[in-house]
Amino acid sequence: MKPAPFEYHAPSSIEEVLDLKSQYGDDAKFLAGGQSLVPAMNFRIVQPSVLIDLNRVNELSYIREDKHTLRVGAMARERHLEFDASIQKHAPLLHEAVPFIAHPQIRNRGTIGGSIVHADPAAELPVLMLALNARLKAKSKKSERWIEAKGFFAGMFTTALEPDEALVEIEIPFAEKNTGWSFMEVAPRLGDYAMMGVAALVTLDKNKKCTSAKLVYLNAGDGPVEAVEAEKLLEGEVLNDTLIESAASYASEKEINPFGNIHASADFQRHLAKVLTQKTLKQALERVSQ
Amino acid sequence: MKQVTITVNGKEYTREVEPRLLLSDFLRHELGLTGTHVGCEHGVCGACTILFDGESARSCLTFAVQADGHEITTVEGLTSLSSPHLLEDGRTEGGNNLHPLQQAFWEAHGLQCGYCTPGILMSMIPFLKQNPNPTEDEIRHALSGNLCRCTGYQHIVDAVKLAAEKMR
Repeated sequence: MKPAPFEYHAPSSIEEVLDLKSQYGDDAKFLAGGQSLVPAMNFRIVQPSVLIDLNRVNELSYIREDKHTLRVGAMARERHLEFDASIQKHAPLLHEAVPFIAHPQIRNRGTIGGSIVHADPAAELPVLMLALNARLKAKSKKSERWIEAKGFFAGMFTTALEPDEALVEIEIPFAEKNTGWSFMEVAPRLGDYAMMGVAALVTLDKNKKCTSAKLVYLNAGDGPVEAVEAEKLLEGEVLNDTLIESAASYASEKEINPFGNIHASADFQRHLAKVLTQKTLKQALERVSQ
Repeated sequence: MKQVTITVNGKEYTREVEPRLLLSDFLRHELGLTGTHVGCEHGVCGACTILFDGESARSCLTFAVQADGHEITTVEGLTSLSSPHLLEDGRTEGGNNLHPLQQAFWEAHGLQCGYCTPGILMSMIPFLKQNPNPTEDEIRHALSGNLCRCTGYQHIVDAVKLAAEKMR
């Protein structure tokens, strides 16, 4: 058999999940969609002694509209996000980006919470969480807390979660009015890991001045990378091609830190980042509803 | 060991399994359903694709214990009767009950060595259900999660087009 032996638990309530996690701590891994964990277990790169399967916890799988936010259960499948009408309406950036996550066969099993907690720098969902100012609800047997996406990703495959905590819910604020969005990536084939990807959001005021800009990159460092300084170059300005180009140059030269891989050198990744930044910003601008 | 009851191609099976047994190995080794092929075993090649409660999924990325109480469809479930087989005089017999998708792969030469075929078929079943009239672009996109090492993609695309016609 490929994976090393493990002790298997399949609880059916959040309460049982948290009991188990408080009992086993770091020895236990959560099994969500399994689309990253099981390959790693098949190669025995990862050999958890305890596996807590979340797939029978129905109360973790939902997509709901609250007053001003979307609430998504950690076990909502990526395929459900893709076709959800609330997400299409209130988080168009997420709606646009989900089809870029691997292939339908993977999205049928893969979950939003699983991908976020896996914290792969090349993954789409962590980037989207940062771009959308999402908040992540961590729960343990004793307490619960909300973590801003900005403070959640702590490096390569690492998050701010404590050993006894589980990510249970993702809160995504509704897209603001007068906000345009765009997500683009370049991959050898659609569905492969992207060589570079960018999520962009632009909000304009009545005078078409940019009040807020977001630029977040995948495969550009040891986690999702936000180009904070490039965003500042755009904010407070009426955007034009020159400004967009200088923001794209700044972000791709100074703010991202791509490592290069078999498909793309770091230089090529920077080049892609610059081109994609310009393209996404322009598309986002076009989409701002007036 | 855990006891699981899994419905595969409409038939219920109860077995004792180790939690680490992959669904792909369960299908092949416990049930003898060797139509589900095993390629990369890390979710890239798509050879092991099955339907999990009607939706395509990699059986190498799911443990058999996770399928307890669920419905699995494998390539064997596409046709109820025997597949075509070669007679001594070179003619073929049987196969009249092939699923139209299988029939289309046969007619359009959509397989060479056939290793990737079961996975491709199981990916295309839900795809054609959701997109009865796909464009070539959509077909190529839908096939991107399945690798063919014979480089027979053109014929595979043709076969899916033909299948769409047959199934409409």
